[in-house]
Amino acid sequence: MFTIDKLYQPQNIAEAAELLTKYPDITVLGGCGFLKLGNRKIATALDLSLCSLAEISETEQYIELGAMVTLRDVEVNPALNQFFDAVLPKAVAHILGVQFRRCATIGASVYSKYGFSDILPALLALDTEVELLRSGRMPLVDFLAKPISRDVLISVRIIKDSRRAAYQNLRNAGADFPILNAAVSRYEKQWTVIVGARPARAEIAVQASQLLSDMATDSIDIDKVAATAAAELTFGSNNKASADYRRAMCQVLVKRAIGEVLA
Amino acid sequence: MKLELLINQKNYELEAAPDEMLADALRRLGMLSIRKGCDTSCCGLCTVWVEGNPVLSCTMPAFRAQGKTVTTIEGIQPEAEKFARILAAEGSEQCGFCSPGFIMTVIAMKNELKNPSEQAIQHYLAGNLCRCTGYMGQMRAIKTYLGGEVQ
Repeated sequence: MFTIDKLYQPQNIAEAAELLTKYPDITVLGGCGFLKLGNRKIATALDLSLCSLAEISETEQYIELGAMVTLRDVEVNPALNQFFDAVLPKAVAHILGVQFRRCATIGASVYSKYGFSDILPALLALDTEVELLRSGRMPLVDFLAKPISRDVLISVRIIKDSRRAAYQNLRNAGADFPILNAAVSRYEKQWTVIVGARPARAEIAVQASQLLSDMATDSIDIDKVAATAAAELTFGSNNKASADYRRAMCQVLVKRAIGEVLA
Repeated sequence: MKLELLINQKNYELEAAPDEMLADALRRLGMLSIRKGCDTSCCGLCTVWVEGNPVLSCTMPAFRAQGKTVTTIEGIQPEAEKFARILAAEGSEQCGFCSPGFIMTVIAMKNELKNPSEQAIQHYLAGNLCRCTGYMGQMRAIKTYLGGEVQ
């Protein structure tokens, strides 16, 4: 359980920016589900729930998810179910129950860069950008490569294209974090293979993606691509699975995801 | 901090600490149907509705409910009793500790999903754990409750 001494609830992003400057150690609250598993003593907390960031908006070019959009909103949103083979709704549907997904937010899931995240591999499979209060807009892949800094994630923007995508995951139990997950997408001739919960955060398997993109559609060697992904990425051990097990199962999940995209 | 909530169609004002969870605040107000089971967001015992949507009140800070409509099982007594009687008739209730949260989720599902399949029911209720019944009786009870609407 966590404690909070002082809570600020700005009415808009400009106010949030001022608070971020005034209190360098302020903690931005997301859905609080993961936070409550720990034992943090928070002196000053920032709640963004009054900043109008709980909307999913759609233009002709992109779908934008505000930071306070819940994972349940993602799961049932018509546009997200229409595009990309519903990869985002499918990725979040495995996370505990409906009630939890009504609490967990997309902003915290992305900004915290959790290794066990279900949503990050799926977002990496798409043309995704994030907008940050201080750092501005940048591709998600660049954001994930940077160290966590003092900032606030405002929104996640996904470019609408004809991309096909699939998500696979492996859990020891339904109500547990994934021990491994993978997402694969294809846009025109460009394939992207992502593996997460290694247990490090999700990462693009660059060599496997390139290998797959170079193959003709009618002669794709899925086994070779899956083996390449397992070989190029690093895997670690923890109390959920060993590195060897993750490496072996990585090939299975990547194969299944490629097969799903090809189907 | 001072909060104003509309709980079960009645206005409440309460003082809540910034780190108080909605479940604790509601129990302080006498809504003792809300149980904290796992306290790790897994079991669904603490399910209430906020703005008509089921949430985990053990995970949602009380301040997030400021100005919102909160419904506990005390607020939907007739409908809850109707389903609870079916649960009992199907032999799907033993210790009863999980029942309030489970019933809240089932009724929320009924409000949200039209003609759900058995798979859709299982998916919707994945966040409600019961350590007594093995779920088969609960599924029978839900099908009876939904009438002929289960595909």
